[in-house]
Parts: sequence; structure tokens; C-alpha cells
Amino acid sequence: MSDIADKVKKIVVEHLGVEDDKVTDTASFIDDLGADSLDTVELVMAFEEEFGIEIPDDAAEKIQTVKDAIEFISANS
Amino acid sequence: MTKLMEGKRGLIMGVANDRSMAWGIAKACAEQGAELAFSYQGEALKKRVAPLAGSLGSDFLAECDVSDGASIDAMFDKLKEKWDNIDFIVHAIGYSDKSELRGRYVDTTLDNFLMTMNISAYSFVAVAQRAEKMMANGGSMLTLSYYGSQKAIPHYNVMGVAKAALEASTRYMAKDLGEKGIRVNTLSAGPMKTLAASGVGDFRMLLKYNEANAPLRRNITLDDVAGSGLYLLSDLSSGVTGETHYVDAGFNTTCMVNDDAHMKEFINLLD
Repeated sequence: MSDIADKVKKIVVEHLGVEDDKVTDTASFIDDLGADSLDTVELVMAFEEEFGIEIPDDAAEKIQTVKDAIEFISANS
Repeated sequence: MTKLMEGKRGLIMGVANDRSMAWGIAKACAEQGAELAFSYQGEALKKRVAPLAGSLGSDFLAECDVSDGASIDAMFDKLKEKWDNIDFIVHAIGYSDKSELRGRYVDTTLDNFLMTMNISAYSFVAVAQRAEKMMANGGSMLTLSYYGSQKAIPHYNVMGVAKAALEASTRYMAKDLGEKGIRVNTLSAGPMKTLAASGVGDFRMLLKYNEANAPLRRNITLDDVAGSGLYLLSDLSSGVTGETHYVDAGFNTTCMVNDDAHMKEFINLLD
């Protein structure tokens, strides 16, 4: 779990160009981290690549916070 | 040895990020010595394209909304201040309401039909009209399509209809512009995970089906598209125009599922 969380946070930091400490579990990509709608699609693609998983469209739409991503990936990898 | 695109100048329209097919083609052209200009639409895309364009040493990045003739004119006016002539353009632009890229084509609305046709098909014509005036020495125009233009493919819907119009436009423009030494071609790429593809419903199914059933038993890569795009834009393809060139691991040449282990795997995935 913590390994997944670390990797997810690293991807978010790199992709959105935000400070490490801003990427908390409850941080919303759009509301707190300044992501636009294209960023959220790109993040999902980056998660799929990093963890070798598939995130279907309906699940991707529900991934809005760092925690949402960690939980989905933990349950599906 | 002289590089393939040495001395050539081109306009790249429609890069979204470093997975974009237009980006792969642009990079391949730059590596072969081409000088490039880029256009984008909207701030969200500008912030993505700017660093990519910069990384290839391009100093021309201009906004262009292809649904607005004045915006296309303004972008070409700026381009003319930089260069008198261009040698090639890449048109990698399409748009449709995402909600109509799933489910039934028959439910397509008139508004979205017209918008999709305008942005995904007519815009190539609109751009070609302006680009022709900057191609006094001939040139090469390239657009991107997908096999959903030829066959009904789940979820591709109105975009398939627009791509059919785009491929037909390619043939008609090739005929019109051929006497000026301007070639016009379409590169029809197999499914690839890009930002644009994320708008198509159940896109993973297309990827899996293509991978299992294409003669090469794989999906295409950005390098595949880049290499073929470079060929169509360079003098290597000097006798080729009006074509729809498939870069799809051969998928369009078959009409039955593969009878090998890949297919068994695919059937298992569907279960």
C-alpha cells in the first residue's frame, strides 16, 4: 500500500509540477492541485502504465483525489 | 549524407502531448533537419505544446481555432511573417462530443454531426486553402485518420463518418493541387493510446482486438507513425498522392480473427 501511495504521489508531483507536500491523500487533482481535465486523463494513463493495470472509463471518472487513485490501484493490481 | 528534411519547413497542427501522433511525426521531421512551426487551440493545449515545440528549437507557436476562418487566417498571417514558403503541413485535428462516441451512431444529433464534420474534416480543407498559397515550390499535406472511416466500428460513430469525408477530401484535394506539385495524403493509424483516443468509448477493446488480430500481432507505436509520417512528408514519397496509407500492423488487410493463441487469450479477456 505505502509503496503504491509513494509511486502515485511521485507521478502526481511530476505530472502536475506541484510541491511534494501539497500532494496529500485528500488532495483533489482539480480543486487543490490545479489540474485541468486533460491532466486527469493523462494522470490515469500514467497510472495505467506505471502499475500495468487498466482503469475503465467509469472508474477513471471517479478518481478525483490522490486517495481515490491509491485505493483503486491497490484494489486492482 | 544530407538529412531527408534538410531545408524543409513545416507547420504542425494538433499536438496535444508527447503521446500525440503529430508529435511523433514532428520529432522525426526535426531529427531529419526540418524547421517546424506549431499551432494549438486553447490555453490547456498551449501549456503542453510550448515545451515540446521549444525542445525541437521551434520559435513559432500560434493559436488557431480551425472552426473559425478568421483564426486560421490570423495564424497563417503570422506564419507568413516568419516564412515566405512552407514545404509541408501536418493536420492532426478532430473533435466530437464525447457522449456521442459511445452507443448508437443512429442517435447522432445534427449539431454534433455538423460540428464533428467541420472540425474533423472540413478544417483540413480550410487549412489547405491557406497552405496552398505558401507552397509555391510544391509540398506535402498530411492528415490523420482511422479505419472506422471504412467499416463500422463500435463507438467510433460520427467520427468514422467524418473520417470518411476527410479521406475523400484528401483524394479531391490531391487532384486539385497535384498540378502545383502539392501532394495530399492521409495516414490511417491503428488504435493507439493518445489523449484523443481517450474520448472514444471502450477504446481498450479496440486495442485488444487489433493486437490479437492484426497480422503483426501487436499494436502500433509512436515510432511506427513517425516513420510513415516522415516518409509521406519527405521526397521519399514523391510519387504518392491522394492515398490513405495504413499504419495499423496490417489490421485492415484481414477480415477474420486470428486462429492462434493470441485469439484464445482475447476470448478469455472478454469472458
